[in-house]
Amino acid sequence: MKGPQNSHAEAVLLEARQLGRVDLQAQAVMLAPTDFSLLAGERTALIGASGSGKSVFLRALALLDAPSSGEVLWLGEPVAAPLIPQFRSRACYLPQRAALVEGSVMENLRLPFTLKHNRHKRFDAATAARLLEIAGKPRRFLDKAGSDLSGGEAQLVALVRALLLAPQVLLLDEPTSALDPQSVAAVETLVMNWLDESPDARALLWITHDHAQARRVSTRTLTMDQGTLLK
Amino acid sequence: MNYHNLAYTDVAIAAALILVNGLLSLLLKLQLERQLLIASLRTITQLLAIGYILGWVFQHAQWYIVLPLMLSMTLIAGFSAAGRGQLRHRGQLADSVLSVGLSAWLVTAIGLFVVLRVRPWYEPQYAIPILGMILGNTLTAVALGIDRMTRELSAQRPVVDMILSLGGTRWEAARAAASQALKAGMMPTLNQMSVVGIVSLPGMMTGQILAGQQPGDAVRYQIVIMFLIAAASALGTVCAVLMTFNRLFSPAHQFMAHKLAKRS
Repeated sequence: MKGPQNSHAEAVLLEARQLGRVDLQAQAVMLAPTDFSLLAGERTALIGASGSGKSVFLRALALLDAPSSGEVLWLGEPVAAPLIPQFRSRACYLPQRAALVEGSVMENLRLPFTLKHNRHKRFDAATAARLLEIAGKPRRFLDKAGSDLSGGEAQLVALVRALLLAPQVLLLDEPTSALDPQSVAAVETLVMNWLDESPDARALLWITHDHAQARRVSTRTLTMDQGTLLK
Repeated sequence: MNYHNLAYTDVAIAAALILVNGLLSLLLKLQLERQLLIASLRTITQLLAIGYILGWVFQHAQWYIVLPLMLSMTLIAGFSAAGRGQLRHRGQLADSVLSVGLSAWLVTAIGLFVVLRVRPWYEPQYAIPILGMILGNTLTAVALGIDRMTRELSAQRPVVDMILSLGGTRWEAARAAASQALKAGMMPTLNQMSVVGIVSLPGMMTGQILAGQQPGDAVRYQIVIMFLIAAASALGTVCAVLMTFNRLFSPAHQFMAHKLAKRS
C-alpha cells in the first residue's frame, strides 16, 4: 500500500468500480453496481430514505461486507485482502451507534493503538485531550467510565478514537442522527477541524437525513434511491 | 469381596420404584405419567440393547468390529454436539464432528497406547468405555464452546465491527469472543476436577468398586480418565472455536454475521 498522498487536489483517494451487493437469501439487490470516487479535499454528503442502501454502500466501501460484484480501490489500486486492516485505518468507518469497550474513555481511545497494524502509531494523550476540549469536554472526561456516557458523549469518544489514527478518509454513517443538538455541533466541529488540518489530502463521505447538515458539512450531495446512487 | 450378580427379577424390583414418581405425578397432577412411562421404557430398552451389542462385540474382539463401533459412537457424539445452542451456521455439523472426533481419538490413542498400554489396542473392554467417556465430555465442551462463540459474536457485533473498522485484523476482532468460548468449553471439566471425590464419586470408579476392584486401583484409573477427559475437552474446544472463527470471518477480515441463524 502506498504512503501518504502527495497533496494535489485531483488525486482520487477512494474509488468504487461497479461495487454491488446482493442479498442471496432474499434474492434482492441491496446495492446496484455503483461507480463512485472520492477525491482528496472532497466533502460529500449522501442522503436518501431509510432502507435505500446508504449504509450498505458505506459498509461495502469500507470493505466491512464482501461485495457481490465490483471492487474498491485505494489510491488507485484494488485493496488486497491482507491489506484491508491498513486500508480501514486510513478510510475509517463510523456507525450511527458508537461501540465502546468496557473501561474508561482513555482506555477506549487507546484501543486502536493496541491493534497489530496500528502499533507503529503512537497514542498521543495531549492530542486526545485537545480534541476532547474542542468538543467541549474537560480533561477529567478521560477518566469517565465508558458505560456512564450518554449517547452523544459515546459518539464523541468514538469519533475522537477514529481521528487519533489520523485517517485520510472518514466514512460517516449518520453519526449524529440520534444525538442532542450540542453533541451534533461538537461532532461537526471535530470533523471540520480534522479536515482543516490537511484540507487537500483528506476527504469525507457523510450519510445524513438532515439537508441542513448536508449543506453545512459538504460541498456536493449525492442521493441514494432503492440501491442506486443518483448523481 | 463377592460380586453379586443381578437377576432380571432384581432389576424389575428396582424398576418398580418408578411407581413412586408416577404416584407423585398423579397426586400433584403433574401430568408426567406419559413421559415417565416413555422414559422408563427407553432406559430399559436402550441399555438392554447396548448390553447385547457390547456382549456380542466382546465375544468378537476383532478390529473390524470394534473400529466401526467406535466410529459410529464418534459420529453420534459429533452430531449431538452440533444439535445444541441457540444459533446455527453452515458447517457447524462438520466442525463439531471433526473437533469431537480428532480430539477424542488422539487422546484415547494416548490413553490406550501410552498410559494403559493395552494389547491389542482395540481390546473392547478398554477401547470402548474409554472412548465413550472421553466422547461424552468432549461433545459437551465442543457444544458449549461453539454456542458461546456464536452468541458472543452475535451480541458483540457492534464491537467486532468497530475493531475491524479501526484497522483490527479478523483475529483481533474475534479474540474476546474466542477466549470466552474457550473458558466456557473447559469450565465443566475444571469444575468436575475440583469436586471429584468430595462432592461426587464418578460413575466409572463406583462401578469398578462395585465390581470388586480395590478402591486404590479404581481411583488410579479414575485419575487417568479425568486427565484424558480434560485434555480432550480442551483440545476439542480449541479446534471447534478455531473452525467456527474460520467459518464466520472471511480472509478479507469481514465478520459474516449473516451466516448465523436462530435455531428453530
